Parts: sequence; structure tokens; C-alpha cells
Amino acid sequence: MNQPTHTSAPGISAGIPNAQSRKRLNLRNEEMSMQVRDLNLFYGADQALKNITMDIPRRRVTAFIGPSGCGKSTLLRCFNRMNDLIDICRIEGEIRIDEQDIYHPSIDVPELRRKVGMVFQKPNPFPKSIYENIAYGLRLQGVKNRRKLDEVVEHSLKRAALWEEVKDRLEDNAFGLSGGQQQRLVIARAIAIEPEVILLDEPCSALDPISTAKVEELIIDLKESYTIVIVTHNMQQAARVSDFTAYMYLGELIEYDDTAKLFTNPAKKATEDYITGRYG
Amino acid sequence: MEKYFDQHISRQFNQELENLRRDVMKMGGMAEEMVVDAMAALLEGDTEKAESVIKADDAVNQIEKHIDEQAMEILARRQPTASDLRLVMAIVKTVNDLERVGDEAEKIARLSIELANTHRPRGNYNELENMAGHVRVMLRDALDGFARMVAEVAVSLFRADEKVDDEYEAILRQYYTYLAEDPRSTTRVINAIWIARSLERIGDHAKNIGEHIFYLVEGKDVRHTSSEEKEQVVLRDPKA
Repeated sequence: MNQPTHTSAPGISAGIPNAQSRKRLNLRNEEMSMQVRDLNLFYGADQALKNITMDIPRRRVTAFIGPSGCGKSTLLRCFNRMNDLIDICRIEGEIRIDEQDIYHPSIDVPELRRKVGMVFQKPNPFPKSIYENIAYGLRLQGVKNRRKLDEVVEHSLKRAALWEEVKDRLEDNAFGLSGGQQQRLVIARAIAIEPEVILLDEPCSALDPISTAKVEELIIDLKESYTIVIVTHNMQQAARVSDFTAYMYLGELIEYDDTAKLFTNPAKKATEDYITGRYG
Repeated sequence: MEKYFDQHISRQFNQELENLRRDVMKMGGMAEEMVVDAMAALLEGDTEKAESVIKADDAVNQIEKHIDEQAMEILARRQPTASDLRLVMAIVKTVNDLERVGDEAEKIARLSIELANTHRPRGNYNELENMAGHVRVMLRDALDGFARMVAEVAVSLFRADEKVDDEYEAILRQYYTYLAEDPRSTTRVINAIWIARSLERIGDHAKNIGEHIFYLVEGKDVRHTSSEEKEQVVLRDPKA
């Protein structure tokens, strides 16, 4: 939404609302990170995604919402080819990340998954120390220099707002952390290998409200550096953390817009019915 | 209590609430300035100043829309609860009153343009000047109470409003005498009555803002209660 323009009258301090208040966003003005074109996905004979075409903006939080089975997680998994692991899954159409077709035969899938990190509903730390959880990805990449590893571990934990809580017990087993801390650890692990995109699949549904608030705050901090896509059952969470929201239903993209617009004045009745609890 | 609203885990939410509060204060300052300028325009017969007040009302209307929009977005995106919810509700109501204050100031400015071309009475409207002074203090107290979130201003504003209402009655009686004495002054006196009426309404709006603050701080709705009842609520409540 545009800021109101004022004709400031003499003798009255002009009432320009502060610049910090949030401006409504427009997808057309965004730099795009990922592009989905005519995407169809089938599990055997069942079609799970139907003609999805959308652009995911760079360094923004984009949320997918919709009832169970609407295809939001399936779509999320397409961005790092997690669906490849399912035998009966077949994909048509195109997804481009930075202009590169990620389903092209020449694509190195492990490299793609380095570039597009993923965090799941249940925190899944490795059964190792806090330190090793973060350092693991770098060791895989062949980094051996201890100082470099220390640096990345500290930086990643700070970035994930976990450093202060764990800096004195980096050698402790990661399973000793609370669920909320484990989830932030997993996010730190994803950050350590410097991805461009972070996919979050219901990252807070196993967490209590305070841990949820911390992870949400982290998500907002991280968008300065990363493109973030989040799938959530919790509409309120999408409203709080995302810049753009996509509403999906039965494998179709119904509405995709600025989050404030979608939650205050959606264009489609189907969206309104869902977000106001009138669905089905 | 004013420090309580910047303690959410979500810094963005803190910022949104802070922006909203700051915009309300800014709007209040604008409305107050309009009242002061409108009265100066009347007393000095300054039609240019009156025109500037009329223009300023547009800015106040715009900021009202802006604040409403931000408040609605907070309701939709944050689902505020408890004191956060009361803050947003109190702000939406306060903004409504401030917008009306701007409208009343605009009316005074328009009337002062008409009065600028007529014979000025002996006292040069000093009764209106006095009344405006009291109303302005009320507005200032309401905004100050809002900034510091002090529930007690509801009581002091209610008392002040009663005085302003009495003042309005007195001015009306005085003006009726003028009308009886000199029928040629009818148009001028009626315009002056409208100004007194606008000032009285501004006092009402300041009183309303006090009630919104009370609701915000104490969570109790003291609208449509007497000053004694309000006072009792303040005294009985250990938080107040």
C-alpha cells in the first residue's frame, strides 16, 4: 500500500508517517530467486501439483499455506529435489534457481542441496556434539583447518541466535538441547554451508510458543541473507513471519500475494474462506 | 506500563507497536496545533492562518487512515492479546477522537474567516480564548497521559470536562443576552456560539481519550460512568 501523501500546510508540522512502517510489497518489484513454470507433479496416477507457476523473491520470506494434502510440502520439496527419493514421483515443467533449470540432467544434486538447505518439522540433529553438528557439512566439503571450523561454528550459532546459550558446552551431545534449541541448531547447521535458499517444512509445529517465537524471530533475521520458503499449517505464523503468502488447495496455487494484503483483503473467496475458518 | 510494549520476543512486533504509538502522538500534536492556530486565526482575524488550518485537516485525515491501516494489519498478522489487544483498540478509538478534534478545529477556522470581516466585539472573544485555553490543557493532558499511559488522567479529564461544560453554558447565556440586546449582531453571535460548541466538543474528545487510556491501562471500561465511580475504580484498584 502506498504511503499517504500529505499536502503539508504552513504552521503545521507535516504529518508524514514514519518511514519505518511497513510498505505493502509487490511481487513485480522483487528480484526473483526461484521460478516455477507449469509444474505438474504426479505420485503414480495421482496428480499432486497442477500447473504451478510462481516466482519466489530473493531475500524474502515466502509462506505456503493450505489444508493438508494441498501440495504445499510437495512443492517445497521440489526446490531441492527431495521428491527424487520417491520412486513413483514424476515431474513435468520447470524450476529455475538463479536461471538454472534444477531438473536438467547436468545438475549435480548434492550441490543443489548444499545451495538449497532444508529444515524439517522435527529437529534432526546428528547424534554428535553441538560443535560437530555444525562442522559436519564443512568436513564433508574437505575443510580441515581447525581455526576455520571454529570460526564457522561460532558464526553459524550466532546467526541462529543460539551461541549465547551453548558457547560453554559445544562438546556436549546435541540431543541434550531442548527442542527449540535443537531446531535452531539445525538451522545453524544449514547456514554453515552458506546456502542461498532455506526451505522450512513446519519448523515450529513441534515447539512451544516461546521457542516458536524465537525461531520466528530468527527467520526474520535470516531473510537479510537468504531466500526463505516456509510451509506451515499455522496460518498465524505465516501472517507473522512472511512477506508473501501463497494459498494452495488440491494441488493448485489459488492466490499468491503480499502477506498483509492476503490476510486483510484476499482477492479470492476461496482464500477468504480458508483464512477465516469457513473452509469445508 | 509504557515500557511494557517493547518486550516481545519479536522485535518487529515491538517496532510496529512503537510506530503506531508514535504516529498517534504525532497526530495528537497536529490536532492540538490546529486548535491553537484556529483560535489564533479567530483572535487575530488572520484569514491566511485560518486557511492553513483548513488545509492541515487533510493531513490529519490522512494520518488517521494510515494508523487505522497499520492497526488493522497488526490485528490480522499478530493477533494481539491482553494489553497488546487493548493498546490497538485504544489507539483505534483515540485516533477517531483526534480526527474529530481536527474537524472541530477546521470548523473554528472556517467560522473565524467569516468573523474576520465583521465588527469585533469589545472583549475580542476573550471568553472563547479562555475556554480554548482550558480545552487545550485537556488535550495536552490526554496526549501526555497516552504517552505515559497513566490511568488517572481519565478522572482529571472528566473533571476538567465538567468545568468546560459549565463554561460553555455560561458563554451561551452571555451570548443570548447579546442577541436580545442587539439583533443586528445575530449572525456574528451565532457564529461565535458555533465556535464555543466546537470547543466544548474538543473537550469531550479529550475526555474520551482519557477513558481509552484507562481501558488500556486497567482493562476496565469507564465510559458512561460518573467521576465518583471513575475515582472509585482508580482508588480500589491497587494497580492504579
